[in-house]
Amino acid sequence: MKALLKHRETQLVAVILAMVGLIALRFPSFVAPASLGNVFNDTSILIILALGQMTVILTKCVDLSTAATLALSGMVAAMLNNLYPDLPVLLLVVVAILTGVLAGAINGLLVWRLDIPPIVVTLGTMTIYRGIIFLISDGKWINAHEMTDAFKAVPRADFLGIPVLSWMALSVTAIMAVLLRRLATGRAFYAVGGNPHAAVYTGIDVGYTRFLSFVLSGALSGLAGYLWIARYAVAYVDIALGFELDVVAACVIGGISIAGGIGTVFGAVLGSLFLGTIKNALPVINISPFWQLAISGSVIILAVAFNARAERRKGRVILKKAEVVA
Amino acid sequence: MSSQEMQARFIKDRLQGRGERLLRSWEALLLAVAVIIFAINVWSSPYFLDPWNLSDATFNFTEKGLIAFALALVIISGEIDLSVAAILALSSTLMGLAMSHGAGTPELVAIGLLTGLACGAVNGFLVSGLGLPSIVVTIGTMSLFRGIAFIILGDKAFTGYPSDFAWFGQGYVFWVISFELVLFVLTAVVFAVLLHATSFGRTVYAIGNNPMAARFSGVRVERVKFILFLLTGLMSGLAAVCLTSRLGSTRPSIATGWELEAVTMVVLGGINILGGSGRIGGVVLAALIMGMVTFGFGLLNVPGIVMSIFVGLLLILVIAVPKLVTRIRQVRRKG
Repeated sequence: MKALLKHRETQLVAVILAMVGLIALRFPSFVAPASLGNVFNDTSILIILALGQMTVILTKCVDLSTAATLALSGMVAAMLNNLYPDLPVLLLVVVAILTGVLAGAINGLLVWRLDIPPIVVTLGTMTIYRGIIFLISDGKWINAHEMTDAFKAVPRADFLGIPVLSWMALSVTAIMAVLLRRLATGRAFYAVGGNPHAAVYTGIDVGYTRFLSFVLSGALSGLAGYLWIARYAVAYVDIALGFELDVVAACVIGGISIAGGIGTVFGAVLGSLFLGTIKNALPVINISPFWQLAISGSVIILAVAFNARAERRKGRVILKKAEVVA
Repeated sequence: MSSQEMQARFIKDRLQGRGERLLRSWEALLLAVAVIIFAINVWSSPYFLDPWNLSDATFNFTEKGLIAFALALVIISGEIDLSVAAILALSSTLMGLAMSHGAGTPELVAIGLLTGLACGAVNGFLVSGLGLPSIVVTIGTMSLFRGIAFIILGDKAFTGYPSDFAWFGQGYVFWVISFELVLFVLTAVVFAVLLHATSFGRTVYAIGNNPMAARFSGVRVERVKFILFLLTGLMSGLAAVCLTSRLGSTRPSIATGWELEAVTMVVLGGINILGGSGRIGGVVLAALIMGMVTFGFGLLNVPGIVMSIFVGLLLILVIAVPKLVTRIRQVRRKG
């Protein structure tokens, strides 16, 4: 199984390199280090969200409310910054994350305590969270001049030659890699999605683990919410509208199985980078941005077809072994 | 998890009695809610009881209802289709494209319906032909179909549909009875018969309850699912004809978020989101309720986004409340 997963990731690396190479043939400036760094920086928020979504999908659930949570947390931070310019930025970041945690906890509680299918819960909370943004902001925009410079500076700030936004994505990736590979909580996500019944027998609380995954996804959406608003320096109701589809797409492309239990941090990052490269390459090769939605749709379908094939093959191998034993 | 296992071990005295009664009471509850909402609307706005206003109110649910009937069957069979609104957008866009090349009304209707069928066939092939999970497939096709609409239209719009095309969305059959309302009622009857009075309908329930057992009892599970996705595509195409005709224009963002409203309608109608149970009558009542609430909010000048909060809350509460009630009952019985 590990060989297969590796296969998916090496495939993805190859596809991304081929894509970048092809573009570079005609537009050499695209592969300049600064330009590639820019692609990564642009993809950072997607990476952060995809890593949160990934833990949810690992437990056999799905979180469609990530983009709405992002917009809500970002709006809360931006409004606080607008009303109380003296509040330290770090506090606002914490508030954004806590808003995300609260939103995720509501999703998680509904899934854990009431056994409501996650798709229904998050489809509902998706519109509810967006509606709440409208209620608290009264539908108004918060523009660049209404935010303090310190608030807007953080994602762009330079640390060792790399913007903080990229550092955020890198550190979240590192933390998630350790969590999902080395810590018991992380392994529980895989166990719950891989085989819920077996997970119960090994002493894992399935519902609670799902709850945790939603809280984690919410927290990362909250962080991404601050980063998004501070980077683009504007906050309104429809921010990141439909972005949850990109996030799910990044996971599916990265080989995270929608049936749960399968997928790696590296895969989710590569899936995000794949979409990020396309997004940044389209204007370079002069294709209308209106193509992007259709492209990510096709890629989701292709990726899920590939994932299903990989999983089916695994099933057959097990059956053959069983026959030999008999 | 453990509570579900407990329920599975608990053997009931009668197989149907309880479930049947519960279902019946669900629709009775919906009817009561509909009456209450109607009364509140009459009380809160003097304009509500006007026959033309009431006729206008029906447009809030007729098109969505058309989609919800077909979606109900898909959900009963244990699948889901989140691409319905995107199918509608693509159908409408292709109709607009044909219109700009000089197609007349019959061609436009045919193109709308055929586009819907084709999109449904794509979904059906991916789900039942390749055996992929419908939730991801239809999230993918949702982006794909709407994406194609965006590629064709960009930030522009198609306007200037032929005047006789307007009848589907704006025409009246008799006095205040619109064509769309008649279509809604006819479709409801057709789907009710299909689901509750044909062997096809029984197989849909069988698949939703246990696809494996259905397969072993000779049901061609994949083919039935394919047909259901085709039907949903067709109904989305039909809704596209009605909506395009009513609005008289097409933008690629047409009917954004309708998948949520259609799913809410189905779930509110008492159809189990996990498949296997529910009735068309419930969906009809749910459509009425959602339409009246939206219209009532509109008369009170409540902004659209606040209505969407209400729809989201409704979707969750409708599933949460019955679960809470049974849980409380269980606790009481023990204590």
